[in-house]
Amino acid sequence: MIPSILEWFRDPMTWSGPGGVPTRLLEHLWYTVVTVVIAAAIAVPLGLWVGHTGRARWLVSVANSLRAVPTLGLLFAVSLVVGPYIPGDLAFTAPSIAVLVLLAIPPILAGTYAGIDAVDPSARDAAKGVGMRGRQVLWQVELPNALPLLLSGVKSAMLQVVATATIAAYLGLGGLGRYLIDGLAVSDIGEAAGGALLVGLLAIVLEGVLSLLQRRVVSPGLTGRTARGSQDGDDAPQAEAPADAPVDVRG
Amino acid sequence: MIRFDGVTKQFPDGTTAVDDLSLTAPTGKITVLVGPSGCGKTTSLRMVNRMIEPTRGGISLDGQDTGRMDAAELRRGIGYVIQHAGLFPHRTVLDNIGTVPRLLGWDKKKVKDRSRELLEVVGLDPKLGNRYPTQLSGGQQQRVGVARALAADPPVMLMDEPFSAVDPIVRDQLQDEFLRLQDELGKTIVFVTHDIDEAIKLGDQVAVLRVGGTLAQVAEPQYLLAHPADDFVADFVGKDRGYRALQFEHAPRLTLHSEPSVVVGETPSSRASWLLVVDDDRTPLGWVEPARVGDRPVASEDLHRGGTVARASGSLRGALDAALSSPARRGVLVDNDGVLVGTVRAHEVLTAIEETERPERDEDDPVHGGAMDVSGERG
Repeated sequence: MIPSILEWFRDPMTWSGPGGVPTRLLEHLWYTVVTVVIAAAIAVPLGLWVGHTGRARWLVSVANSLRAVPTLGLLFAVSLVVGPYIPGDLAFTAPSIAVLVLLAIPPILAGTYAGIDAVDPSARDAAKGVGMRGRQVLWQVELPNALPLLLSGVKSAMLQVVATATIAAYLGLGGLGRYLIDGLAVSDIGEAAGGALLVGLLAIVLEGVLSLLQRRVVSPGLTGRTARGSQDGDDAPQAEAPADAPVDVRG
Repeated sequence: MIRFDGVTKQFPDGTTAVDDLSLTAPTGKITVLVGPSGCGKTTSLRMVNRMIEPTRGGISLDGQDTGRMDAAELRRGIGYVIQHAGLFPHRTVLDNIGTVPRLLGWDKKKVKDRSRELLEVVGLDPKLGNRYPTQLSGGQQQRVGVARALAADPPVMLMDEPFSAVDPIVRDQLQDEFLRLQDELGKTIVFVTHDIDEAIKLGDQVAVLRVGGTLAQVAEPQYLLAHPADDFVADFVGKDRGYRALQFEHAPRLTLHSEPSVVVGETPSSRASWLLVVDDDRTPLGWVEPARVGDRPVASEDLHRGGTVARASGSLRGALDAALSSPARRGVLVDNDGVLVGTVRAHEVLTAIEETERPERDEDDPVHGGAMDVSGERG
């Protein structure tokens, strides 16, 4: 198998033209990013709202149960039902993106909600108590503190979309999934496995990019990445003895 | 001045947390709300800055009805300190302190300068300014909490069990510094605690609440200790209230005896059974038994350290404790610089105690009798 993968990678045809790796890779990346951006645009505000107001928590459970829906089946169902009503190429891409979005929403929603829910109640109380308005509490305290969990949700959604976008190639979405489908169709193990390898690589790279982003936007106060400074001067300086208290005689 | 006027809070589940509370917290003084859990003390506090809205009655701030103010604006004008400090974990210490000034729209430089200044005011190392809350000890976090509350220099402070989550030694330290700070700043403070000792130590006025949210008694601490309004208050202030009350009685009437002493490192010449040892500045260090030391210089290992030292300008409680704890039965008194002034015996302190007058009881109004006088009217 390995020689055939290497052979596929060495073949100049693999790298050029509309079916070449750069094009497919870009397609795959594009669909993934578009999907995650749309999903985040829906799930983040919704998660913030549910977390901040504590209302409609059932939304999170419903979204989570959506994860159980078989993706491939949904993909076909949606494109069969909706496809005919959409003109041109969109007839295939729109349903695919929609299904992928549906798949990406639950982890982002759950992460956002969990992030807000996990904010230290005393920090939230203090935020209100010092005179922040509802929005200020959300933007200045809840959201920054929810970021680690929120971004974990985005990461897991991203990985899921990268992986699932391969099957969307069945519907002409293009992307790296094409190699899997085409390879399997003509029993070209090299092409199929090479495509799978590329999907894996893309997932790893995206994961790395998001982790870098996370380091940049999450406060060091939350990640524990700060240098654990010496705890010297702990509660120093010593208070002076109050005027009316007896003082121990010391040697 | 904060005035509670017939304030009642009923929660939706039907429990009454606060029941018809009328109380005045005088300007520039510390009013402590104390009581067992379920007495509505925290609820009462949180109604002042409208974190909780009263069901009936009203609260006014310097004559202005808080119910008519914008809640967020009201809160920005009131310092708020809570039990676990409630610092924002994602912000540095300096940014935490600058929260309210930033909300008020101060310019960045002014916010930063003010935050640095406050770090010093609450006794924290300026180096801590760029740390995050998780890198601080509980006591340090609580100091930052106080600094944050003071940042915009609000005239009123609400403090909800601010020192109860730290260990006793740090708590004592924080309390002492809090009193020192209050001496300088003179804020109008409402302070909630479940600890009667803390209430008596910190309060200019103490309000004891009972379960169900009714006011059992409000009075200055010494009055409260001398004249509990009923069994509940008497129980709550504790069995050693007589001794505790002595901390409010100053001891200038004591006649002091001069005490022979020896400087540490010198050989005692006296053959008394106990001899006081001082250092070069005449600060008492402890007692020795010359018979045991013999003819050699007194070393610090020879010292008996059981005795306490009280300030001559301090309270009768301190003087009595010094006398009771001294192995020589003579209590050591010092001046404000810690220099030996003389000694006093327990029976002399007791005589002084017998001569002091107890706060007089107000027969007409056992509940509000010892409360602080607020411009001629009783709250």
